[in-house]
Amino acid sequence: MAGKPKLHYSNGRGRMESIRWLLATAGVEFEEQFIEKKEDLEKLRNDGYLLFQQVPMVEIDGMKMVQTRAIGSYIAAKYNLYGKDLKERAWIDMYVEGTTDLMVMIMYHPFEPADTKEKNLALIIERATTRYFPVYEKALKDHGQDYLVGNKLSWADIHLLEAILMVEEFKPDILSAFPLLQALEGRTSNIPKITTFLQAGEATERWEGCCHSEEEIQYLIVWLLQKITQP
Amino acid sequence: MSGKPKLHYFNGRGRMESIRWLLAAAGVEFEECFLETKDDLTKLRKDGSLLFQQVPLVEIDGMKMVQTRAIGNYIAAKYNLYGKDLKERALIDMYVEGIADLNELLMMHVSQPADKKQEYFANLVDKATNRYFPVYEKVLKDHGQDFLVGNQLSRADVQLLEILLMAEECKPDILAKFPLLQSFKARISNIPTIKKFLQPGSQRKPPLQEKDLPSVMKIFQ
Repeated sequence: MAGKPKLHYSNGRGRMESIRWLLATAGVEFEEQFIEKKEDLEKLRNDGYLLFQQVPMVEIDGMKMVQTRAIGSYIAAKYNLYGKDLKERAWIDMYVEGTTDLMVMIMYHPFEPADTKEKNLALIIERATTRYFPVYEKALKDHGQDYLVGNKLSWADIHLLEAILMVEEFKPDILSAFPLLQALEGRTSNIPKITTFLQAGEATERWEGCCHSEEEIQYLIVWLLQKITQP
Repeated sequence: MSGKPKLHYFNGRGRMESIRWLLAAAGVEFEECFLETKDDLTKLRKDGSLLFQQVPLVEIDGMKMVQTRAIGNYIAAKYNLYGKDLKERALIDMYVEGIADLNELLMMHVSQPADKKQEYFANLVDKATNRYFPVYEKVLKDHGQDFLVGNQLSRADVQLLEILLMAEECKPDILAKFPLLQSFKARISNIPTIKKFLQPGSQRKPPLQEKDLPSVMKIFQ
């Protein structure tokens, strides 16, 4: 059955946002069904829609896909955002895993206890500026091309743009020491489909309301409740 | 310089074990360089060998690969353990990610504080037997084939066997309610490359003992 992909998640970024970015960049229209209360999640579970009882879940090409990385890999490959061969794919995977690690830190930040919140934010900034961003700055410097891998827009660039924008929300001048990342940010933001995504009303609300709104935190709590217990 | 992949990690399972399994299943010989002290890690960092200052690191095909998933993806694709098309790959990815989530739980068990350990263990067993194992049991039941995806050995089968054995180390009767997983375990264990890996003297690593935890933590702190 053809038709638009359908995303099941809370009305917030969380683990679904990277998927929204990918689909938007690929120019794929999608629908969203928001989980607003625990019963919505229970229904999905009872209907047998969630392989591991968790969201994100994306209905696409006849599959009910779960697991963020699996979904991202499928979309990237389908829409030619995954490089041209195995080695390019390896680099894209490494880069995406790096930005994922950074974004997961940011995702969990709202849930830090009040007394360690500031320290946690300082760690995020430190990691961004000393562990992650330098890698991407160097990659761009070394080959002098417009995109991270294979001289062509890929999942790695989109994921990095997403991470940059998220960190900039905490510290607007975070890229001050990274001229090539600034250029990449400008360049990718200006890709028409990405510009549209950033400007679209829903995305902007999600963007401006981001992880700081009480509603978003509640939705994320619903998500967390059904996540594996973290040590 | 030999052509063999070279693995850099501490001498234990951790995040490198699934890579060892994949290479072994594919029949690929590999070398290992063990981190024993913090200086060993520092040296790798200073050499610029670690893209994000972290291990696992696998030197393979001229690349210094990091990030467990990236490494696993590359090896699986290279050695035809990743299905025949995009959709089979999607299924394999979903199954492998589920296993990875369970593996995180297993990995963290040994480092839980004493007062939390029992509760943690109960949750671990609950998740294994109610969330994860039923999925794979059902997959095997629904298609009646020997392997999880596409009627041929894939990375999903290798990683599932790995986790089944690890779970049994925690609780020997954990597969009691899963007859198809039991026969799966026997079947996949008998594949020659895997059988060899399961024998004493192979590069498979034993579970981390609590007493060894301090020396491992020293490397990474």
